Amino acid sequence: MSKISMTVNGKPASGEAEGRTLLVEFLRGELGLTGTHVGCDTSQCGACVVHVNGEAVKACTMFAGEADGAEVTTIEGMANPDGSLNAIQQAFQDHHGLQCGFCTPGMVMSAAALLKDNPKPSEAEVRDYLEGNICRCTGYHNIVKAIMAASGQDVTAIAAE
Amino acid sequence: MPKDHGIGASSKRREDVRFLTGKGRYTDDINIRGQAYVHFLRSDVAHGKINGLDTSAAESAPGVLRVFTGADFEGVGGLPCGWQVTDREGNPMQEPAHPVLAQGKVRHVGDPIAAVVAETYEQARDAAEQITVDIEELPAVMDMKAALKPDAPKVHEDLTSNLCYDWGFVEENREATNAAFEKAHHVTTLELVNQRLVANPMEPRVAIGDYAAHSDESTLYTTSQNPHVIRLLMGAFVLGIPEHKLRVVAPDVGGGFGSKIFHYAEEAFCTFAAKALKRPVKWVSSRSEAFLSDAQGRDHVTRIELALDAEGHFQALRTETYANMGAYLSTFSTSVPTWLHGTLMAGNYRTPLIYVNVKAVFTNTVPVDAYRGAGRPEATFQLERVIDKAAREMGIDPVELRRRNFVTEFPYATPVAVEYDTGDYNATLDRALEMADWDGFEARAAESAKKGLWRGRGINSYIEACGIAPSQLVGQLGARAGLYESATVRVNATGGLVVMTGSHSHGQGHETAFPQVIADMIGIDESQVEIVHGDTANTPMGMGTYGSRSIAVGGSAMVRAAEKVIAKAKKIAAHLMEAAPEDVELKDGQFSVAGTDKSIAWGDVTLAAYVPHNYPLDEIEPGLEETAFYDPSNFTYPAGAYVCEVEVDPETGKVRVDRFAAADDFGNVVNPMIVEGQVHGGLAQGIGQALLEGCTYDETGQLLSASYMDYAMPRADDLPSFQVDHSCQTPCTHNPLGVKGCGEAGAIGSPPALVNAVVDALQRGGKDVTHIDMPLSPARVWAAMQ
Ligand code: FES
Ligand code: FES
Repeated sequence: MSKISMTVNGKPASGEAEGRTLLVEFLRGELGLTGTHVGCDTSQCGACVVHVNGEAVKACTMFAGEADGAEVTTIEGMANPDGSLNAIQQAFQDHHGLQCGFCTPGMVMSAAALLKDNPKPSEAEVRDYLEGNICRCTGYHNIVKAIMAASGQDVTAIAAE
Repeated sequence: MPKDHGIGASSKRREDVRFLTGKGRYTDDINIRGQAYVHFLRSDVAHGKINGLDTSAAESAPGVLRVFTGADFEGVGGLPCGWQVTDREGNPMQEPAHPVLAQGKVRHVGDPIAAVVAETYEQARDAAEQITVDIEELPAVMDMKAALKPDAPKVHEDLTSNLCYDWGFVEENREATNAAFEKAHHVTTLELVNQRLVANPMEPRVAIGDYAAHSDESTLYTTSQNPHVIRLLMGAFVLGIPEHKLRVVAPDVGGGFGSKIFHYAEEAFCTFAAKALKRPVKWVSSRSEAFLSDAQGRDHVTRIELALDAEGHFQALRTETYANMGAYLSTFSTSVPTWLHGTLMAGNYRTPLIYVNVKAVFTNTVPVDAYRGAGRPEATFQLERVIDKAAREMGIDPVELRRRNFVTEFPYATPVAVEYDTGDYNATLDRALEMADWDGFEARAAESAKKGLWRGRGINSYIEACGIAPSQLVGQLGARAGLYESATVRVNATGGLVVMTGSHSHGQGHETAFPQVIADMIGIDESQVEIVHGDTANTPMGMGTYGSRSIAVGGSAMVRAAEKVIAKAKKIAAHLMEAAPEDVELKDGQFSVAGTDKSIAWGDVTLAAYVPHNYPLDEIEPGLEETAFYDPSNFTYPAGAYVCEVEVDPETGKVRVDRFAAADDFGNVVNPMIVEGQVHGGLAQGIGQALLEGCTYDETGQLLSASYMDYAMPRADDLPSFQVDHSCQTPCTHNPLGVKGCGEAGAIGSPPALVNAVVDALQRGGKDVTHIDMPLSPARVWAAMQ
């Protein structure tokens, strides 16, 4: 066991971790940030995506120790400072981009990373980028729509309502 | 104008706020002080005799509290099957024992042999590696037809064979059906496989057992679609705990699609171990473990024959299906290939004679049970594929052949025991063709051809029976449960309401849609209504959510309870306004007396109910809370038509879905946004089945598709945007909301449309291909072309 410290959602956070403790286990177990989910054990589903030093990372692919000293943002840190939903979160609600909500934190974190790099992605670019995030509920239709809407694009053309 | 509140409005989902901010409370987010962790040692062979089990090293490993084996569960019941099917001769099905932990034998890879409970999960897992199991491997029973040969090894020695049942439906129609085939102008025959799938909700299963010694009360937190059903099955049949000493909580659940209906060994184990150890015991499935322990879906091998007259009118239909049960009977497994499949074989068509034969077979594989659609996708796939083949053989346009045979008058009693109340199959077909721009196909095909691609189009009509079900009917058919739903509507003194429902939401948005109904009935704001679900301690006994039943059955129970509340409130209002109760009306949250200007607000009446100073106490009790149990008188019959257009690359066999149009008739719709989302999700799972997914074992019973590396889940770039429409609405005639259910439609209707489209593309490309089994991987499509 060793002590690990990082900045999580803008606040200092620390806890104990074994060498084999994954970042996602540390966030969920040690810090109690259960918004980040675990949907697989082969780094395929993206339910665990967080931002580490501004980059989207699957938190099941990184040891907690590797994030020592890093800036980490999780879904719990995404809302506006007044607690209201940020633009991406709001678009997910407006366009019904979630059902059971289990993939949602990873989707929102991935979407935020996409829009940072590519502020006006095409539908094909959004679908391509989400290749690492599995959703079993929505068929992706409304997730794609929500992300495009969050980027300020007109989404009425994305198939019929 | 679309409505902005109440029934018919796309109200935004209130549950989204917690899910979008990481505040959902899924079972794995629950941690109880002092909890221990269990790791299951699972069989790595498909079939074997356990000759020895040495747990001593594991027991003394660091942190281990106890190692449990089958011996600890000898005095405990097995996992029950909830539906007894009777075979063609009238005999009950063969029903093997299903122990919580293996008793002397393992019957599929993943069958739990031992369970290690330790202080940490890592300690439990490390200790499990120190258990030595002496297994004598037996030949694995894998192929269903081979399993029924007289000399086949048996999955269960105490049964007479690997045949669970040989079911005929309707047995009395058998001779007449055969006779119709003798006389038929044309017979189309098709052999096909509806491959095994894994439901794969994104949240893996979790169970936490907790035991309170002071009250002798057990609590199970579990990822379930129906906590009351789990309480009943586990309490009464497995552990012998009376319901008043057992609480089952299913909090936020991350998708189910059927796989979280069933009662699983891990739930019983955690509840049992928590009491034995006086410690909370938690189990979290890994995804790899889910592939070995979640009940799987489909897995039918079918031969279907359709008899037609010279004009293409359907004369008779006959099928023979082998249905894989896996190694044990999961909770509702036996009903899926029978009552949820045979009863749907009429589809949308007037076929006067139908005979369905199903042989359910035990094999050394993970148990199979309901997965989104459950029996109805299998029925629809066979029927819509054979119709397409018949159209081609007879030179009749596939759209026209369907129209020629559609049921157009309702109610319509099928020859397979169900009565459709309403529908308009031509209307949904028209709408689907219009959305898909059917007439513009040739121009698009020419464009594809320029790119060297073959374009094809497929259609499909479907019907499903939802809202399971009339209890007396299913009782006669072998169900060991009632299938009503319940709701308690509690009105608070200040006018807000809480609805406690037996339905369970694991993505369907009940917390938003159910209040829309109540708000409309009373004329108050939706925000005044709160939905409570998922905890047996604070909801009435209910059967839960599956089979697209929540709004049709659970919603109806809620309406009935609300009607009782309103009737009582009107009596109170009548007293306060000094009028006769029958003259009192409730509108927009105000009670008024017809023909007068007297009125009183909803909140004044609710306050009077709890502060009964001026109150008709000699006639009615104080308080305003009512419960209703609603038992439907029939199934509901959503139906629709789907059109799929694909491009096939003749060089590689790769299929791309270019457009997909779905026109559904769900009767009345409470929240169109949620309904469309349900269809999208169903379409993705159906297209996933048709193109990508397949659960495969090798001949020794090893699961080859045991992770997301090998089991191809549909991803965003595999799917198009969908065109969906539910404007064709023929309301259900027998439930108070006129609703039909929408959760499974997409998964039922999409596979045949897609396969029909690919076959069409290959035919247009000059290949004489009449069928390809799913999933239509490039390799399979390419092979079919050669
Ligand atoms: S849990 Fe990290 S990718 Fe699935
Ligand atoms: S919303 Fe359920 S998995 Fe995406």
